[in-house]
Amino acid sequence: MVSFSTRLGSVLIALAAVAMPARADDVQEAGKLLKAGQHKQALEAVNKALRAKPKDPQARFMKGLILTEQGNSKEAIEIFTQLTKDYPELPEPYNNLAVIYASQGQYDKARAALEQSIRTHPSYATAYENLGDVYAKLASQAYDKALQIDSSNAAAKNKLSLVRELVGRPAAATVVAAAPKEPAKPAAVEKPQPAPEKSTPAADPQAEILKAVNAWAQAWSKKDADGYLSYYAKDFKTPGGEARDSWEKTRRQRVTAPKSISVSLSSPKVTMNGADRATVTFRQNYKSDVLKSNSSKTLVMVKSDGGWKILEEKSG
Amino acid sequence: MRGLLVVVFFMSAAVFAATPEDRLSNVFQSIEANQLDEALQRVDALIREYPNFRLAHLVRGDLLLARARPLETFGNVAKTVPTEKIDGLREEALVRLRAARSRPGDDRLPRYVLQLHSEQKHVLVVDSRNSRLYVFSNDKGTPRLVADYYVTLGKNGMEKTREGDQKTPVGVYHVTANLPRKKLTDFYGSGAFPINYPNEWDRRQGRNGSGIWLHGVPSAVYARPPRASDGCIVLSNPDLLSVGQHVQVGLTPVIIADEVEWADAASVAADRAALAGALEQWRADWQSRDTARYLAHYSSRFASKEGQNYQAWAEHKRKVNGAKKWIKVGLGRVAMFRYPRERDFVVVTFDQDYKSDGLSNVMKKRQYWVKEGAQWKIIYEGAG
Repeated sequence: MVSFSTRLGSVLIALAAVAMPARADDVQEAGKLLKAGQHKQALEAVNKALRAKPKDPQARFMKGLILTEQGNSKEAIEIFTQLTKDYPELPEPYNNLAVIYASQGQYDKARAALEQSIRTHPSYATAYENLGDVYAKLASQAYDKALQIDSSNAAAKNKLSLVRELVGRPAAATVVAAAPKEPAKPAAVEKPQPAPEKSTPAADPQAEILKAVNAWAQAWSKKDADGYLSYYAKDFKTPGGEARDSWEKTRRQRVTAPKSISVSLSSPKVTMNGADRATVTFRQNYKSDVLKSNSSKTLVMVKSDGGWKILEEKSG
Repeated sequence: MRGLLVVVFFMSAAVFAATPEDRLSNVFQSIEANQLDEALQRVDALIREYPNFRLAHLVRGDLLLARARPLETFGNVAKTVPTEKIDGLREEALVRLRAARSRPGDDRLPRYVLQLHSEQKHVLVVDSRNSRLYVFSNDKGTPRLVADYYVTLGKNGMEKTREGDQKTPVGVYHVTANLPRKKLTDFYGSGAFPINYPNEWDRRQGRNGSGIWLHGVPSAVYARPPRASDGCIVLSNPDLLSVGQHVQVGLTPVIIADEVEWADAASVAADRAALAGALEQWRADWQSRDTARYLAHYSSRFASKEGQNYQAWAEHKRKVNGAKKWIKVGLGRVAMFRYPRERDFVVVTFDQDYKSDGLSNVMKKRQYWVKEGAQWKIIYEGAG
């Protein structure tokens, strides 16, 4: 049977501020039985809970755990997969899916699930640790291919940590409703996150920077090439060191050629590098009549007389 | 529509226009720019198309491992892997990178190619140090670089002298045959082009061995390490096919050098003029039936294809030329190549149209010329 070494210590966070489902006692009982290694009884208890409330996420999650420990990967995968569909913002089902995939040697699938888990919860420590292990394993597979050696080392498979509890679950009904991704708002930047290290001073350079980036995207959306280009610093580093003239010409053409453009930005993050320089990262959602693309972008911004300008622009 | 084209071109240029090596080079560029996500995407896409590109897998391994922990070196394979297994890939990475950064400019010509004749459409020049094969087209007698490729050469290095020494010969050769894939085992990949090692000069130096080919790689790999063959010049299968498009059996020169010496057009032209002058003088002096002047073009170290030394050759020529009432010699399709590694040593081939009162014939001829003092002299002559 597959067994998992665990890093439980870091992941057992108390169930906080969660409305207990009706059959919480059965689920809790199942959890205790599972911990005691009584898999069969645990499964009976959780099934009892599910008979009363078949959709209950806590009970389904617990059943997934029990099946995983029993080595019933197929059904466990079904349960966790369905949970990720019903509650795409919860990181735990993704993490546990990844653990099962990894135990089967399906590291690409494990990686995808863990990346999803982190996307939903950027500070999710277990998923990060697991993802590190998956990357290392994928790297080792890549090296095997490089060296043309055939070694899927079975012993090294079971390193990833299952998450034992579903934490911070909002009421199911609202979760499902909130699940679809927000429609892209043209040329709108989300509210800036406050600077993490200290309280924001009165004249907030981060707000100014985001304002400039926002205006840049707006000019782009309006196909206002002059406005768009005005956000680039005089000493802007053109890609590949292209001459500024020819770069401007190309940009002008690309900004004006489509019939319509909409550029919206999300998850902006500003890092100050001194008082007059900053790095802004965000997702750029570009839509025109000919092309849609969603990519991550980094702008290096520099403060000059005319306000914050773009010094460097990098994709990916 | 125009907008679409512009955008599509913009999006796809990096992906479709480039060779696998260019694309690997783009991956390294992304890494240097610290765009590691982009680097991983690029190497993933490359591997999707060329799943046997081992070096790409190695780079991918590093990019993935970098997400898990800091890297220590290039190719962070387990410490238990013997270094010779990984060294080949590291060397391949180095020479490929170096090639991408040091492609010769348009004004640089290989010093060896003094003159191509009109029917030689291309010349291949191999650079051992850089593991590179350059294809030059014949632009009215002057070589123009059209493509260059990574190559694998002999595992024991250069200057083959003995059967089984696993070295690649240094010299001027030509392609002698075209062996299609279906006549070969998988080891030779997409085809093979044997060359004429050992040539007359090699034999005279006592070099032996045989079976030096340009050929492809087994289907299991995209490329082999820089030093891995038994002396052959090995290209990846797509590269061999594209080189093959330029090859004319019996005509295409293959010049193999330790490291290509590059020169500007003016100095190559001066070399060519000096040699062409010597050749024309030889022709005119032969025609003049002044055998002493004619023989002055031959080195005392001369040997003919048939093994005559200078004395025997001189005696024979005095007898034959002296008996003629008239001689007319025409030269056509003259090609001249400097020999790598040798100092002032040139191989000249031409069609010789000999007419005299007794005998007329047309033949292909090959001569080796060597500079003695200020004079170019013939050290070998024979049917070519």
